[in-house]
Amino acid sequence: MKISIASGKGGTGKTTLATNLAYLLSQKSSVILADLDVEEPNSGFFIKGKEIQEKKVFKMIPEWDKEKCILCGNCQRVCKFNAVIKLWEEVLVFNQLCHSCYACSELCPQNALPMKSYEVGKITEFEQNNLHFVEGKLNVGEEQAVPLIKETIDFTNHNYSSDILRIFDAPPGTSCPVIEATKDADYIILITEPTPFGLHDMKLAVEVMRELKKDFGVVINRYGIGNDDAIKYCEDEKIPLLGKIPNMKKAAEAYAKGELLSEVLPEIRNAFESIIENLRTWDVLL
Amino acid sequence: MKEIVVISGKGGTGKTSITAAFAMLAGTRAVIADCDVDAADMHLLLQPDFAHSEDFYSGFKAEINQELCTKCGKCKQVCRFDAVHEIDNLYSIINLDCEGCGYCAEICPVKAIQMVEQNVGKWYISKIKNNAQMVHARLGIGADNSGKLVAKVKKEAKNIAQEASKDFILVDGSPGIGCPVVSSLSGADYVIIVTEPTLPGFHDMQRVFELIQNFHLSAGCIINKYDVNEAISEKIKSFCKKNSIDIISYFPYDETFTQAMTQGKTIVEFDDGNLKKILVDSWKKIKLLTD
Ligand code: SF4
Ligand code: SF4
Ligand code: SF4
Ligand code: SF4
Repeated sequence: MKISIASGKGGTGKTTLATNLAYLLSQKSSVILADLDVEEPNSGFFIKGKEIQEKKVFKMIPEWDKEKCILCGNCQRVCKFNAVIKLWEEVLVFNQLCHSCYACSELCPQNALPMKSYEVGKITEFEQNNLHFVEGKLNVGEEQAVPLIKETIDFTNHNYSSDILRIFDAPPGTSCPVIEATKDADYIILITEPTPFGLHDMKLAVEVMRELKKDFGVVINRYGIGNDDAIKYCEDEKIPLLGKIPNMKKAAEAYAKGELLSEVLPEIRNAFESIIENLRTWDVLL
Repeated sequence: MKEIVVISGKGGTGKTSITAAFAMLAGTRAVIADCDVDAADMHLLLQPDFAHSEDFYSGFKAEINQELCTKCGKCKQVCRFDAVHEIDNLYSIINLDCEGCGYCAEICPVKAIQMVEQNVGKWYISKIKNNAQMVHARLGIGADNSGKLVAKVKKEAKNIAQEASKDFILVDGSPGIGCPVVSSLSGADYVIIVTEPTLPGFHDMQRVFELIQNFHLSAGCIINKYDVNEAISEKIKSFCKKNSIDIISYFPYDETFTQAMTQGKTIVEFDDGNLKKILVDSWKKIKLLTD
């Protein structure tokens, strides 16, 4: 089973939900938590574990061989991403823009653009008892999160048997990184705040999940602020409401310090326990 | 004319609420650009009229014309994204997986593959409730060109600001450090980082600051909810001092932010007390800093 935790809006509690669910579920059996919010991975502040390994992640980009090039300009013509440009007597490659499609390289009549690897980020694996934590982290300056998200998911597939429960902390938003982090999941939990921003962005996330034909449910964080519009929306749209996490300044304070809320705040732990119960009721968890 | 970009690294720090309040304070001297196109929320506070709208096309997807296809399989061989599927000797493209690189179309011996430009969203020019102009956008579901749409929104805002010789372009930037943020930052005169004193907030701020340095931009910092952890607030302050980031202001943890939002108002329209005062002072300071 793969569960992705997503939200339209950032900062609504994705990481909090992912880390607490993974932690509580790992009390009984093995769980893999993968932080796929590779631009700003934060799960590691809450899950402390022993580092098992670190792996650099590369993407392939073309490298210009001046000696072989005849300056025909074919590379620039085929690249749909403006990542390779022929300027006067020179061919320039813009590493960040390259999508590693190999077209320019394989279609160069002179073999003057061989592909070489280029580091874009890293994956680190940690272990804390039954909890296996895998973090993808994009290097600052790199613009494309998607290849690293893909690599991080592949890493969990290669290193763990497929019958272990996986929880993915997805990036925020509704664009390509979210799709990558949710498209293989069996179930999606959308987390939101009961505020106009939260509701607006949740509606967008719901559209995405419907488009992807995914099963999903909603968790409301900071319940008690704002209004009840988000709950009403879920009822009207017949979206399962999996739980409500109460709004407490204490929770914000514990989060600030990197404390796992279910370890330090019993009220909040209860909220997570009841989310797990609901996931069982909906047959998401055994 | 100065372009001021507000970013945060991490989501949920109050960036949009604060930017919308600045928009009200700047009045018609500013053009507003909502570049958080992935989860655009500023319109909920500023009530734009969506007067002018245009479709936005960017990027491609491959399409196979089955009548021309001779089933040679070359497209499937070259596609690095596993987007070409073959079932019962019928070749087709999985839209969601297609990167739009055009390699298959380039090598198809019978030119059976066409690259179709994608409608990935809409952008708008609006008048907001204080009569200022705002450029904003909505990215289509799962679109992968948010950086390009951000660039478009900024370009339109700049055109408007130049033509009407406005003083400011005020940009609500995107979260993270990826392509939309890079687009948000390019061409900025001043960057404001809205952060919060949490370990993730501070960490994300440092990452985004690294990016700002790559662009050699000058930056200021607003610490929201500073009293949630004063020790981390102090660390943020020393980080700012060390890196010559202007410290603009601090906001206390205050649910007035949410109450104002629930009524569709910016904080300066809703609150007459402390928060409004901090915002007015912050905006004054920003004007001085960018002068
Ligand atoms: S396609 Fe090859 S030979 Fe032609 S300009 Fe590009 S690198 Fe040079
Ligand atoms: S590999 Fe593809 S994306 Fe990269 S430069 Fe070559 S043609 Fe462009
Ligand atoms: S390369 Fe062209 S002809 Fe060959 S299978 Fe693909 S679409 Fe058909
Ligand atoms: S355009 Fe590129 S990604 Fe899309 S199917 Fe063709 S080769 Fe694959």
